[in-house]
Amino acid sequence: MKLKLPSWGLLVILLAAGVLIQLAIQLEVINAYWALVLTYMCIAVLSSLGLGIIYGFSGQFSLGHAAFMGLGAYTAALITRYAGVAPWSFAVALVGGMLLAGGVAWLVGLPILRLRSDYLGIATLGFGIIVRVLFENSDKLIPATAGARGMTGIEQPQFVFLWAFLLLLGAVLVARNLRFSSPGRALLSIREDETAANLMGIDVVRYKTIAFVLGCSFAGLAGGLYAHTFLFLHPSNFDFIKSFDPLLIVVLGGLGSITGTIVAGTAWVAVLEGLRLVLPSNILEWRYVIYPVLLIAMMLTRPQGLFGTSEAGVLVPKEETPPAPALETEVTADGAHP
Amino acid sequence: MPPSSLARLASEEESMTYYLQQLLNGIQLGFVYALIALGYTMVYGIVRLINFAHGDVFMVGAFIGYFTLRALSGVTLAANPWLNGVLLSLIAILAAMIVCTALNVTIERIAYKPLRNAPRIAALITAIGVSLFLEYFTSLKFVFGPDYITFPSPLPSQTWQVAGLRFSGVQVLIAVVATVLLLALNYVVRYTKIGKAMRATAFDRDTARLMGINVDLTISFTFGLGAALAGAGGVLYVSAYPRVHTFMGIIPGLKAFTAAVMGGIGSLPGAFVGALIMGLAEVAAKSLYSTMADGVAFLILILVLLIKPSGIFGRAEVEKV
Amino acid sequence: MAPILEIVRLSKHFGGLKAVSDFDLTLNEGDLQGLIGPNGAGKTTVFNLVTGVYPVTAGDILFEGHSICGQEPWMINQRGIARTFQNIRLFPNLSVLDNVRVACHAHGGYSTLEAIARLGRFRSHEQAITERARSLLAVFNLLGRQNEIAKNLPYGEQRRVEIARALAANPKVLLLDEPAAGMNPSEVGSLMELIHFIRDRFKLTILLIEHQMRVVMGICEQITVMDFGQVIARGKPEEIQNNPKVIEAYLGRGVSYRTAQ
Repeated sequence: MKLKLPSWGLLVILLAAGVLIQLAIQLEVINAYWALVLTYMCIAVLSSLGLGIIYGFSGQFSLGHAAFMGLGAYTAALITRYAGVAPWSFAVALVGGMLLAGGVAWLVGLPILRLRSDYLGIATLGFGIIVRVLFENSDKLIPATAGARGMTGIEQPQFVFLWAFLLLLGAVLVARNLRFSSPGRALLSIREDETAANLMGIDVVRYKTIAFVLGCSFAGLAGGLYAHTFLFLHPSNFDFIKSFDPLLIVVLGGLGSITGTIVAGTAWVAVLEGLRLVLPSNILEWRYVIYPVLLIAMMLTRPQGLFGTSEAGVLVPKEETPPAPALETEVTADGAHP
Repeated sequence: MPPSSLARLASEEESMTYYLQQLLNGIQLGFVYALIALGYTMVYGIVRLINFAHGDVFMVGAFIGYFTLRALSGVTLAANPWLNGVLLSLIAILAAMIVCTALNVTIERIAYKPLRNAPRIAALITAIGVSLFLEYFTSLKFVFGPDYITFPSPLPSQTWQVAGLRFSGVQVLIAVVATVLLLALNYVVRYTKIGKAMRATAFDRDTARLMGINVDLTISFTFGLGAALAGAGGVLYVSAYPRVHTFMGIIPGLKAFTAAVMGGIGSLPGAFVGALIMGLAEVAAKSLYSTMADGVAFLILILVLLIKPSGIFGRAEVEKV
Repeated sequence: MAPILEIVRLSKHFGGLKAVSDFDLTLNEGDLQGLIGPNGAGKTTVFNLVTGVYPVTAGDILFEGHSICGQEPWMINQRGIARTFQNIRLFPNLSVLDNVRVACHAHGGYSTLEAIARLGRFRSHEQAITERARSLLAVFNLLGRQNEIAKNLPYGEQRRVEIARALAANPKVLLLDEPAAGMNPSEVGSLMELIHFIRDRFKLTILLIEHQMRVVMGICEQITVMDFGQVIARGKPEEIQNNPKVIEAYLGRGVSYRTAQ
């Protein structure tokens, strides 16, 4: 898929679109329900981009992503509880959530990231469950979180959709800049062949950590937005099962493809919500029967995902694929010429 | 099994009995987890797939057991209530084993076999899809329904006291059936031709094929065998914890899987030992900090992985460079 | 002049298996040496020990006078030892250009922050890396393939990409593991020229493992012969060719006896 628009032009168009949508929400041209859905699309894609960096770029199989979202969510919610939801305090809350998620990721990564892929998945799964158990008992330490009863009383900041949209754009930019850079290639090489990467001078542990911390920070940011969109937090929102959602999105879109994650994430929310509309209310439960069937069908027909490893042209910097030389100056059947 | 309160410990003798009782409970739970864990470990060993749907096969087993008993309600097979109860239970277990085997073999053929040469994550995602499908499809009204059902164990509810320890019929049933099944599995894997084929295929699939082993059949057999154990485990589990519902397989499945990893994924004795540890840890944790019980088991897992990444019985694979 | 790489009484045991025993070898700057021996002799294990893949059981490895035992592979690479592999280990889904650019990262890269913000050293270093990688590919006549996905390349080209990638790390010592494997005679001839060329052009010290005797005898100045994890002979090509122990190791006892008659 080659979409050759000048990048800056596209950025301006997207910004305008975001503002327009927010305006439509303010004027209630888009009703509250759809505002929620659109905001959730941004949140889901943002979180999935984080997993895309961890798993898509550096090949680390993490099944604890929802836990980091939860850490960001509760942190941000607690901060706005005391500081309010004015733009500056909301920003502080979101950053706080990101920092906590990233910090915990760093700590957890110290012992865990040296495990082999499948084992890393299991360890992160276990970590996710431990975090959920901690959330359920969190009211013993911080009563405001209300533990297993669920945290309420979260205020919604103004223009929360626009916040989510703009932060998503920022995240896409970060992921894209990382992908097409030397540290980004270091991450990819770890995914491709960790031992060979190590032997080519890549400090594997360091880069795995960078990817993990960055990816989990995205999850923390998404969590903070989630808290202030849905205004209610329950430990079960961040259970290990919820870690499958970003995983599905990343694989369906194509592991390592930012475009794929964006498209798949948007489609995933759209399909789930769309099914809610399309199905008559008496068979609404069929939503969760159809969804896994679609999933299985997708894997059986196109296991590499929608986009495989490719990106939309608009995301790829022009220096990325240098043109092959027009003239083969060293044309011989074999070997090199000094 | 209600979480016991520490306040009940009146004397040293009583506390000794209490701990022994908990030990037995833990071992019993461990045996049930072992029945599930073995399925995970065998499938992983042979096709390197974490079969997320395995816990749901366990759930199906529980339901089949329930429906079997419902169909047989009112049927008396023996005059002695104990014998009657045991026979009915065994029929329920057998029915569960048969259905679960057929189910798992079908799933393998339709969903996993086509992906054998695809990237591993594709099979994993498919397994997640199968798991979700089993959970939600069976919760539809015309299948198993979304409600919680109480499992009607046909065994008389009386208990015996031996040396201060209390035994119920269900506990004895679990212990005996689980032991028989585990011994049978051990026999199959170590002394039969198909067992040898399983081990060979797990070790090196291509070479096994070249040696004339029917790899497809062996893999199907492995899936079926694991499912049979899980199905039996399902019936045994709900005999002791009688709440049956379509999402009941998630947490026990996860715990069993964790147990398999702790023991060294791919290793059968490892799965068994891991499951025992899991059962004991869970019972111990429940009696001390009942709200954190789930977390303790996974904490142990992480500790094991950090000390010995390949698990207790796992072989550290030396990479060929 | 101190040797650039000194391997002293190196041993590696895998449980009961003695893969390498008391192995020693000295490389002086600019050398082009060969390491040969029957399959399973332990040659690649020596490479793996030198590059830090396996921990050493006993002995020492000195690079430029300093011990590198126990160091991480990436540290050893950054110090100046690069290698290729017996079974090609390119990054299969990355382009040829990216494969080589990865190895440029350690010496010419920039930080993640600079990458994300597109600030600081990003522009200049990224350009430098790309130019360096492309010029290396040009040396190997692979510039036309730079955008191809590595796993799609024919075997011989993949081997050349691997060498180009190893050179991208700016090494002082290059370890080549069976670079001629799978090549036809004319390709082998070009490879021999290539190895001489890169040794001179990039001021390298080269140690190569090879089974094709034409390569070994043709370009190596000194050859070490291994069998069962130990050194059984060392010397110039002519000396090795007629060494009965070497012949015996490759062809079995009876042959060398008959040759001696």
